[in-house]
Amino acid sequence: MAEKVLMKGNEALAEAAIQAGCRLFFGYPITPQTELSAYMSKKMPKIGGLFLQAESELAAINMVLGASAAGKRAMTSSSSPGISLKSEGISYIAGSDVPAVIINVQRGGPGLGSIQPSQADYWQATKATGHGDFQLIVLAPSTVQEMADFVGQAFDLGDKYRMPVMILSDGMLGQMMEPVSFPEKGEPVIPERPWAACGHGGKRPHNIVNSLYIEAKDLEKTVVERYKKYDIIKKEEQKAESYLTDDAEIVVVAYGASSRVARSAVNSARAEGIKVGLVRPITLWPFPVDAIEATIPTAKKYLTVEMSMGQMVDDVKLVVNGRAPVSFFGRTGGVIPTPGEILDEIKKLNN
Amino acid sequence: MAIVFEKPHALTDIPFHYCPGCTHGIVHRLVAEAIDELGCEGRAVGVASVGCSVFSYNYFNCDMVQAPHGRAPAVATGIKRAQPDNVVFTYQGDGDLAAIGTCETVHAATRGENITVIFINNAIYGMTGGQMAPTSLPGQITQTTPYGRDVKIAGYPIRMCEMLSTLDGVALAQRVTVDNVKHVNEAKKAIKKAFENQINGLGYSIVEVVSTCPTNWGMSPKAAVEWLENNMLPYYPLGVYKDKTAQNSSHTGDGSSDKPQKGGEN
Amino acid sequence: MDKTMNVLLAGFGGQGILFAGKVMAYSGLVDGAEISWLPSYGPEMRGGTCNCSVVISKDAIGSPLVVNPDVLVAMNKPSLLKFMDKVVSGGIIIVDSSTVDVKVERTDVTVYYVPATVLADEGGLKGLANMILVGKLFKETGFVSQDSLDKGLLKCIPPKKAEMIESNKKALALGAAQ
Repeated sequence: MAEKVLMKGNEALAEAAIQAGCRLFFGYPITPQTELSAYMSKKMPKIGGLFLQAESELAAINMVLGASAAGKRAMTSSSSPGISLKSEGISYIAGSDVPAVIINVQRGGPGLGSIQPSQADYWQATKATGHGDFQLIVLAPSTVQEMADFVGQAFDLGDKYRMPVMILSDGMLGQMMEPVSFPEKGEPVIPERPWAACGHGGKRPHNIVNSLYIEAKDLEKTVVERYKKYDIIKKEEQKAESYLTDDAEIVVVAYGASSRVARSAVNSARAEGIKVGLVRPITLWPFPVDAIEATIPTAKKYLTVEMSMGQMVDDVKLVVNGRAPVSFFGRTGGVIPTPGEILDEIKKLNN
Repeated sequence: MAIVFEKPHALTDIPFHYCPGCTHGIVHRLVAEAIDELGCEGRAVGVASVGCSVFSYNYFNCDMVQAPHGRAPAVATGIKRAQPDNVVFTYQGDGDLAAIGTCETVHAATRGENITVIFINNAIYGMTGGQMAPTSLPGQITQTTPYGRDVKIAGYPIRMCEMLSTLDGVALAQRVTVDNVKHVNEAKKAIKKAFENQINGLGYSIVEVVSTCPTNWGMSPKAAVEWLENNMLPYYPLGVYKDKTAQNSSHTGDGSSDKPQKGGEN
Repeated sequence: MDKTMNVLLAGFGGQGILFAGKVMAYSGLVDGAEISWLPSYGPEMRGGTCNCSVVISKDAIGSPLVVNPDVLVAMNKPSLLKFMDKVVSGGIIIVDSSTVDVKVERTDVTVYYVPATVLADEGGLKGLANMILVGKLFKETGFVSQDSLDKGLLKCIPPKKAEMIESNKKALALGAAQ
């Protein structure tokens, strides 16, 4: 195991991307993802990579589209308002079956909102990152170590399924420092991209990277094929952590930053003899249906905790499907809930 | 019998969908001829932009990427930075380059992004059915300026070559047209030069082609050419606005310094 | 140290709040503890108040945000007024008494008044009031071993600024002697 170092979450994301073989980073300044771009701007030139500060989020995501369409691993990062701007490019990337890694270090919204940590972009990330029928794979780290670990996975998943992958983080995880280690993995294995537009060299017919289908039936066929791929992903790639759920009568569901607070609350509640557990979705899309389903036999009540007005709670309800009541507790606007607040909610449900 | 003319190799066999009298066909051929003559089809990557010419990805024989509306310069930047040996060109209309994508255009240009840009200025949105373009002339009747472009409401047209010529990153900014044989030959030379500049690493090269849109102008192809000559060319004078390869270009000043400088200390 | 120590360091931007927190966090890491470090960020950094949550624990850390600190280090008056009532009963408050002229009236916490800024200036350690206060915190809590504290400090000072090591060590020792 490599030595543990203290690193900000944002820096860990950047270092992990470099270690995953990403040599092209395109970004536009926004708080609270700042350290990620700064790290890239410092490190990339020293390793023959590129940090390019784009003129806008629109430009940055489309530079990613171009670089990835030309066959190379590329990444961009932003925070909530910037992701809204990137949504156009993300839709085109999905529609062109191009891999890409997009980091969202969430802050409060809507509008300019606040710069404090938030989870109010869950719907945007999992349901509506842009126009049209498509999905992103969405990974939600909850520690700085996971920030580091998930970036390589995101690039691999993107290449495996030829689609964009988002890491949905937030200002707390981005700004905080925790010990992190980068295990020696050697040179990353980057799959060939025979479909890439990088010059045919007279050796093959021309490649076209495109999202336009003027015939409705052609587009339908393409989208249906893409959804077959999504079905495989739903089956193969779900990930969640289940904590003290074996006998849990109250199941708390929380991801990312809020899951950390929820875990503290669960520990306190257990100390008081309450049978409570935590399911922490790691993939937000595909939603970890199986992990929730596994709690149904013992669960009498569900509590979803988010730093929003309640977004993921809808997905929890879809899985639970009326078999138990699902309630919600959240703080929004950039306010981080306290363990005490969540403990109070758990106690209310235990009465 | 000797072959005196044939379709360039860099064009596919797919017939163009363009309207009769549309000048896209001529410009496509000129681009393809330049690619053939420079022998760079195998390493060329084109970026098709939103508008009538989006289907150019079917017509050019090189690898092609289709970009969101206005973002062709950003997509081309990504391709070129990922694969610096590729010869990357965008093919953009006036709505794409001078309205929704002005920001991307200006910044790709000022970065000196080493790409070639073919800019079709026909003063109208073709694909959506003839709305006002950023380059529509004052008084010009379009679907969205049914009483003529009123500059008090809609403002004035943009002269992109003139504007871009002020930027240090631009290697070539030249306006041409294809209304007659002489002009077609000049356009060909300019387009070829724009590709050569990229191969020589000189930076952003743009060739603006003043073009017709008979369908949306509501004219016969012949009348459209006459309207172009009588109305477009006076507003958009042909010529070289910037050329880094020429000795006495009017904008050769390069006041930039490569030395790191801290803000506020100079 | 108990299972978990929640520390909140607060003051003006430029007083070295974040650095002090980082030294504590790295010392905890060297000591084999779980640690987290979370800064306040945003406009408040620019000339206004600044704070930093540090959690050092034997267990996995839940929220890295310290709302009710076991230990509060206050380097200015607004920070003391804002956070002194949040400190847990039985907790510790360490105040830079050379910059803060109010007294804590709570009787259920232990308060140490250290004139850190004056001590720093007089000791030729200008700008190291933060480390003097960390030294005092170390003495009163023993949150890590002396060896871990020394090593943690080294991790926080880049080789380019190696000349800073000695003065920082002096400041820590001066604080511990208070």
